Amino acid sequence: MWQYIIKRILLMIPTLLGAALVVFLLMHVVPGDIALLILGTGEQGGDVNLQDLERLRTKMGLNRPLYEQFFSWVWNIAHLDFGTSLWSGAPVLEELRIRLPLTLEVALFATLISTIIAIPLGTLAAIRQDTWVDYGVRVVSIGGLAIPAFWTGILIILFLVIYFEWSPPLVFVPFWEDPWENFAQLVFPIVTVGYRNAAIGTRMTRSAVLEVMREDYIRTAWAKGLQERIVVIKHTLKNAMLPVITIIGAELAFLLGGLVVTETVFTLNGLGRFMVDAILHRDIPVVQTMVLITAFIIVFVNLIVDLLYAWLDPRISYR
Amino acid sequence: MAGATHDGQLAITTQELQAMAGKSWVAAHAWPAIRKFIVTKPLGAIGGAVILLMVLTAIFADVLAPYDPYEISQLLQFKPPSLSHWLGTDEFGRDLLTRLIYGARIALFIGLTAAFVGATAGAVLGVISAYMGGKVDLILQRVMDVMLAFPLLILALAIVSVLGRSLPNVVLAIAIPIIPRTTRIVRSSALSIKEHIYVEAARAVGSSHPWVIMRHIIPNTMAPYLIMLTAQFGNAILVEASLSFLGLGTAEPTPSWGLMLSGGAVSYAEKAPWVAIFPGLAISLAVFGFNLFGDSLRDALDPKLRHRT
Repeated sequence: MWQYIIKRILLMIPTLLGAALVVFLLMHVVPGDIALLILGTGEQGGDVNLQDLERLRTKMGLNRPLYEQFFSWVWNIAHLDFGTSLWSGAPVLEELRIRLPLTLEVALFATLISTIIAIPLGTLAAIRQDTWVDYGVRVVSIGGLAIPAFWTGILIILFLVIYFEWSPPLVFVPFWEDPWENFAQLVFPIVTVGYRNAAIGTRMTRSAVLEVMREDYIRTAWAKGLQERIVVIKHTLKNAMLPVITIIGAELAFLLGGLVVTETVFTLNGLGRFMVDAILHRDIPVVQTMVLITAFIIVFVNLIVDLLYAWLDPRISYR
Repeated sequence: MAGATHDGQLAITTQELQAMAGKSWVAAHAWPAIRKFIVTKPLGAIGGAVILLMVLTAIFADVLAPYDPYEISQLLQFKPPSLSHWLGTDEFGRDLLTRLIYGARIALFIGLTAAFVGATAGAVLGVISAYMGGKVDLILQRVMDVMLAFPLLILALAIVSVLGRSLPNVVLAIAIPIIPRTTRIVRSSALSIKEHIYVEAARAVGSSHPWVIMRHIIPNTMAPYLIMLTAQFGNAILVEASLSFLGLGTAEPTPSWGLMLSGGAVSYAEKAPWVAIFPGLAISLAVFGFNLFGDSLRDALDPKLRHRT
């Protein structure tokens, strides 16, 4: 098992470096260079002060060779030096520290709620395949995937504004300061994101359960005359859970993508909003770092899911 | 066609023969397949109907739309739904129904193009990766692994932020993240096809690599490719809407559904809720249709998921 863990951690390194390289190259394919882009010649087409341009280039190290820029960027990130925001002037690490608790709380609670909904609903749809129960569950879950998170958010806000004269919170209250206020601030974003995730989880559970139910050992269980409850819970669910766990893990990591829009709708000051603001302000160093951090979180969560997988399925751990 | 023979003329023209052959092919294969799909997959059929409706709306937008989508009128600002403006008007006095109808064009164009470009590029890479094996496969798959580490929307956002928000760039930004997702699925299917005896036989008789790929591998990877393609249509429409909503997709005054929900929609929610409701409904219905259809298509094409007999 330990050997497997070490092997998986070592395998992470090339992926992380690859992700860094992809982000770095992406930010450098721009015609001209990033400094020009930041100073805003792209869409407005205005004149650029050459001195400003040169100053920005020096500040961002764009005068150095490309490989040197890449390695110094990776080196800094490895030392948790994420640079400073061009827009606010504050260190990116500090900005992240302020915003991370909010994003993390929404992501974790949304995942928890969606799991509680998804597993029973998906199983029910599978064991009643092609009946009205199945159709109903599928319509609700496909609906969850079809409705854009920002629209769910807008509808919730619409409802709250009309019936409760709601207004968006101005300051985020952390859980440990005032749990009730914190709950009131975050419950709607959590529901918005959670519904979408529950939809994904339900679909995955349904297809995983369907696949396991075709297996010979399930036929044997039925042939033995076991009760449906035992066949489903003990034989089917136990084996169908592996892909479901993978998708829940992956979704937790990918939530960052979904939170970009949800945080914008609810005007929450989280990591997603931070990234959108950075893009709108052409704060390219922040965008670069944020995209990379997202990739890191996903790779890291995937590692945990893989280890969990190995722990749950004895066939994998001895490979 | 048959009337010609009833009149005593025995000769049948080539055109008539082709028409008959065409008719019989449709009668023999296409209709029964469609009928079977409708009977066994009613949800898929509903999805198909939604897609058809959307396509027709997009094609006949000029005929269907009651007003000009760009016409601004201060007098008509925020008019609630009425007989003259079925879905009301927006903050610039533009007719919402008209803009939704034209929006179907934008959504379909961007969704279809991005999904097609992304899924096709992904499928080609998947087939090459599986067929070539060895180092090519290893390198391609590691690159795909890295690309999969970025959520669809985040990667699209990053691409748009660098390239700018023109229409081709938005299509590209949505298409690129689709590539690794398709590559993976098509590769795994191509890997198993590669091991079949008929592929080995084709190689043994001296067929060239491109011929084996074109003649034997690609036709057999069509099912996963089509599944991924339909699954990504909905996704692409959703990503486009999200990008536009965030102000990073199509720009005003383009009648894009996502764009209609950004800015004014939330601020004026109390005053004009219809501005916030209808465009979202259009996006959801479109994505819902594509997902429903794609889901049923997967069930129908993937033998593993077929109903127990």
